[in-house]
Amino acid sequence: MSGSHVHALYRHGHSPLHHVAPQVKIVTAFGLVCAVALTPRTAIWAFIAYAAVVGGLIVLARLPIGFVARRAIVLIPFLLVALLLPIVGSGERVEVLGLSLSEQGLWDMWNVFVKAGLGFLVAVVLAGTTEVPDLLRGLDALHMPRIVTSIVGFAVRYIDIVGADFGRMRIALASRGYQGRSLATWGIYAKTVGSVFVRTYERGERVYLAMLSRVYTGSMPVSAVVAVPAAQWVAAVVLVGFAATVMLFSRGLL
Amino acid sequence: MSTPVIEIRDLGYHYPDGTVALSNVNLHIHQGERVALLGPNGAGKTTLILHMNGIHLPQTGTVAVSGYPVTDDNLVDIRRRVGIVFQDPDDQLFMPTVREDVAFGPANLGLVGADLDERVNAALASVEVADLADRPPNHLSFGQKRRVAIAGVMAMQPEILVLDEPTSNLDPASRKDLTGILDSLDVTQLLVTHDLLYALEICERSVIIDAGRIVADGPTRELLGDPELLAEHRLGLPAGLRIDDLETP
Repeated sequence: MSGSHVHALYRHGHSPLHHVAPQVKIVTAFGLVCAVALTPRTAIWAFIAYAAVVGGLIVLARLPIGFVARRAIVLIPFLLVALLLPIVGSGERVEVLGLSLSEQGLWDMWNVFVKAGLGFLVAVVLAGTTEVPDLLRGLDALHMPRIVTSIVGFAVRYIDIVGADFGRMRIALASRGYQGRSLATWGIYAKTVGSVFVRTYERGERVYLAMLSRVYTGSMPVSAVVAVPAAQWVAAVVLVGFAATVMLFSRGLL
Repeated sequence: MSTPVIEIRDLGYHYPDGTVALSNVNLHIHQGERVALLGPNGAGKTTLILHMNGIHLPQTGTVAVSGYPVTDDNLVDIRRRVGIVFQDPDDQLFMPTVREDVAFGPANLGLVGADLDERVNAALASVEVADLADRPPNHLSFGQKRRVAIAGVMAMQPEILVLDEPTSNLDPASRKDLTGILDSLDVTQLLVTHDLLYALEICERSVIIDAGRIVADGPTRELLGDPELLAEHRLGLPAGLRIDDLETP
């Protein structure tokens, strides 16, 4: 498959991680995120250990720093909100660079930064090395209800088409002199969104007719489950086991 | 004579608001025929083909496929026999990859494993898109999407292939590719179109439908050679072209 014909979150490659079965990657990613989320924020050594693991995965996946950094844009809103926490937080204040900040708030901010950051990096590795159809197959293999994977599949399949519909209508508006600069004219955009909604609903009906015509009887065909080499599960258990051990230590349970 | 693949008798249909969509339609299509269904916009072409696979059931009259009446009880069998390729391939290609989409129909018919793979590969090869098997449909060109849509229907090994406006939005090269492909498929075909030149290229017989009625049924060359008939039903060859200028392939 050529690199230009893939989804934007995926990076075409042949790294060892690209060849790991999707269900193994999904389980590992879920395990790592759980371990990170359950770790007390004061256990800084634990986060360093997680970061080493995730960093290793990024290297193993051969994802360029630039690719990871561009994806990080989605984190910005969360981080901006987190930046406010030390300012608005209550409790004891500490002086940092001449600002009086809440100690509690600083810890809250750190908590959001480190956990969102690590969770995000795990997600980037998963999405960057697994194509969307494979992710769906992985979820199928893990016995996610078919109805859920079907809905996700349809959403992925049609989101670009709906977006393109909206894009064409915007071009048509602009071609007839619409500028849409003042707030008062935004009603037009609302109507455009409304008509994209109606069109999409009608498309849904046509898709359903096409499905019926190919003998759809209410359940999507199940894709064949490909056997996963045992070594992949062993590697997943080692990784998640390490993260779980770190987490239990950090909580004083080991 | 053999049992027709499609046998429609006195078919009538009106929409819930009372608009008459079809009245007194009679149509027989025999095995191996290639028939063009011609008609202006809103003539009832799409409504008619949706009767052939039981999406619409007859309100009056009967529809039979290879001798089996289209009723609520045998829809699976009917839909296996009648393969419809819809006008907008984006409506038809809904699975995450081309291969899964082509497998959708035969998998619904109960095929699994090697049988399913074989069926899918043969269908992909028949429309020359085997190399696209693992692509997601949204990254294909329009002409490729249309061919994959045909593969999805051919994978069910239908007795008749019904194509709704197969040439719409195709550039001349893709249109020519499609001609070659349709020509190579060994299956009875019904082409719904108002592209008269395409009908002439592919189909020896044409049926004209207007306002829900069949108004003409005969050799394509004969019907297209009757300018009054065509004009009366809002059809016509491109300006300046006469049937005598055109060769039948």
